[in-house]
Amino acid sequence: MSGPLPAIAGLFGRLSLLAVGGGNGILPAMQHASVTVHRWLTNRQFLDMFAISRAAPGPGSLIVLLIGQKAAGLPGAAVAGAAMYGPTSLAAHLAARLWRRAEGRAWRETAERALAPLAVGLTFAGGIAVGQSTLHGARAYALTAVAMLVLAVTEMNPLIVLAGTAVAAIAMGL
Amino acid sequence: MHGRRGGPPSHPRPGSLFVAFLRIGAESFGGGLSAWIRREVVEQRGWMSDRRFLSALALCQILPGANAVNLAVFIGTTLGGAAGAAAAFAGLMALPAGIVLVLGVLYAAFGASGVVDAALAGAGIGAIGLTLAVGVRLARRNVRDLPGAAIMAATALAVGVLRLDLLAVLAVLGPVSLAVARFGPRR
Repeated sequence: MSGPLPAIAGLFGRLSLLAVGGGNGILPAMQHASVTVHRWLTNRQFLDMFAISRAAPGPGSLIVLLIGQKAAGLPGAAVAGAAMYGPTSLAAHLAARLWRRAEGRAWRETAERALAPLAVGLTFAGGIAVGQSTLHGARAYALTAVAMLVLAVTEMNPLIVLAGTAVAAIAMGL
Repeated sequence: MHGRRGGPPSHPRPGSLFVAFLRIGAESFGGGLSAWIRREVVEQRGWMSDRRFLSALALCQILPGANAVNLAVFIGTTLGGAAGAAAAFAGLMALPAGIVLVLGVLYAAFGASGVVDAALAGAGIGAIGLTLAVGVRLARRNVRDLPGAAIMAATALAVGVLRLDLLAVLAVLGPVSLAVARFGPRR
């Protein structure tokens, strides 16, 4: 049997290798392929799935499970997940082993010192980029700033803050 | 906050890694995964120092694939080899995969609800705040000199605001940061 499973595996395997710097960069290509090329779902459904996977706990890239599920049920979801995460997880595992082998070497110490400011900058960049594309209006920005301040200066559990911003968003009609 | 910060590297069992990442997968509403991973692995359990975490974070952004998943596998490997990597991956995915699939079915059956949509959007706002707050914490503890602060700000501006290509930015700022780390003041 053929069905959509090979196409699912091919699409997400290919896209995962193009996802450098995070999954957001491949979303337009994912949308085009699954909506326009393969017609597994409508554009509206794609946007709903994006919202679901973004809001649910866990990696936002889990949208691939929803697309796979829509295209071919649970087997489709399983194939999409395996294709999206299998090859790149193997690469991350091998990279970590190489990195661990260099433990204690002078060049690794230097590289770690060099990577620190870049990684902190990328952390800010991640928050800024997601904020720019999902925050609308001054009140949303203000709420984000309050959450950031509380979490930066207090030891409050982030879950409490998330619950707070969720309630505030309902109350403010965001 | 009870972690052994800066202590010797620990070697948690795969079971502990699974549980730690299961928690991360259960709590990280709205995203902000790397912030949750740092909170659990560095702050709560003291399994690695900020500096080791940050190098893992940067390398995982350069590697292809989903950042958070890469980071879980990378940290799992660092702390527990192949079994640790499998445990971290399985722990991170177990609950969210089920939750997303169930939400997908519910959504298809019942459609959107205004209140739920607003709540989810609000959680997303909180998650952005969490990511930025972790950036502030990381900066306070790990970026202590002017060159480092300049490199950090330039990275955030180029990738976050100007949306320049990540690899191109790192190809320029990476060597600069290496030169500072090699020849500049000791941090």
